Amino acid sequence: MIVSIASGKGGTGKTTVAVNLALALEGAMPIRFLDCDVEEPNAHLFLHPEIERSEKVSLPVPVVDESKCNGCGKCARVCAFHAILAFSSRTIVLPELCHGCGGCALLCPQGAITESPKVIGEVETGRAGDIRFAHGRTGIGSPLAPPVVKAVREALDKEGLGAGLTIIDAPPGTSCPVVASIKGSDYCVLVTEPTPFGLNDLGLAVGLVRELGIPCGVVINRAGLGDEAVSAYCSREGIPVLLEIPYDRKYAECYAKGGRLVDDFPELRGALKGLWRKISASGESGAEGEDGRREMGEI
Amino acid sequence: MKLAVTAQGTSLSAGLDPRFGRCEHFVIIDVDTEEFEAFSNESVMASGGAGTESAQFLADKGAEAVVTGNVGPNAAMALEAAGIKVYRMSSGTVKDALEAFKSGTLEAISGPTVNSHHGMGGHGRGGR
Ligand code: SF4
Ligand code: SF4
Repeated sequence: MIVSIASGKGGTGKTTVAVNLALALEGAMPIRFLDCDVEEPNAHLFLHPEIERSEKVSLPVPVVDESKCNGCGKCARVCAFHAILAFSSRTIVLPELCHGCGGCALLCPQGAITESPKVIGEVETGRAGDIRFAHGRTGIGSPLAPPVVKAVREALDKEGLGAGLTIIDAPPGTSCPVVASIKGSDYCVLVTEPTPFGLNDLGLAVGLVRELGIPCGVVINRAGLGDEAVSAYCSREGIPVLLEIPYDRKYAECYAKGGRLVDDFPELRGALKGLWRKISASGESGAEGEDGRREMGEI
Repeated sequence: MKLAVTAQGTSLSAGLDPRFGRCEHFVIIDVDTEEFEAFSNESVMASGGAGTESAQFLADKGAEAVVTGNVGPNAAMALEAAGIKVYRMSSGTVKDALEAFKSGTLEAISGPTVNSHHGMGGHGRGGR
């Protein structure tokens, strides 16, 4: 089963929930943890994985052979990103804008375009205790997160782990990298705060997961600090509130030190196991899922 | 020769638009005859590559120079490759830009005047 953890905005405790869910279930079933926030990965600060492998992620960027190019401009007209431009004097490529779609090389009637790999980020895989771990990072100056996210999602596939749980820590927000992170997951946990800002961003996130056809539930973090509007919204929309983590200074202090909440606070270990039971039960009822090929872990 | 000016409107009395890739209009003037044509900028709504798309547009229209306010790095590279000279001016009308260009008082620039994504908005991420 693939469970993604997302939030409409940063700072809601999304990584805390993802990391501690993984730790609470470690040993009970095979766990894979994918940190897909490739612009600001931070799960490793809590999981301390041993990195075993590191691979570059690259995109095929066009190179124009000026001796073959006749300046017809077909390449420039096909490129949606205006990353290749044909001028009367020469044809140029702006690698920073290129998305590596291959369209220009395919269409060039002169066969003047070849492709060369441009590194846009890297993916590291390893292990944190019994948890298989992968994360990625976009390179400096490369604004292209989705291909790096895709590489993280596929990083552990070749290990063929099959059964068990894959936890995806998605980036905050509702933009393309978020879609790349959560699409195809069996369930999405949305972490929010009980504040007006939290509610606004939760609404956007709910819209996105519904668009993608992914069943979702909500975790309210720092419950008790804000108002009841988030709970009211969830019941109105028929979205289950899976867990409320009360605001507690000692949790915040543990987090600030890079600590593991489930190790220090047994009540949270129990609460996160309960969260998993609710997620897996909702998968079993299968009302919103696609094709029933789910593997349930038992605790 | 043809001079392009990034403008807020479609006439010689229109105000300059300091944005290059995301200006509202391009006014392209024949410097010798003062005949001009105005084009609305199709790249205003582009999600990316507005500056390079605009450079391609001006090159296709035969412009040899452009008067504008700010140019990002990709647009600057594209304009240079296209052989379009960039002159900087931040206020006034299209007519003022034409006069200044003719009198040779404008500062020619090479390279970007702003970082990429300047003025695109919507690129922020929530804080943590
Ligand atoms: S399509 Fe090929 S031949 Fe035509 S301008 Fe582009 S690179 Fe040159
Ligand atoms: S590979 Fe695609 S994005 Fe890159 S320059 Fe060619 S058409 Fe544009």
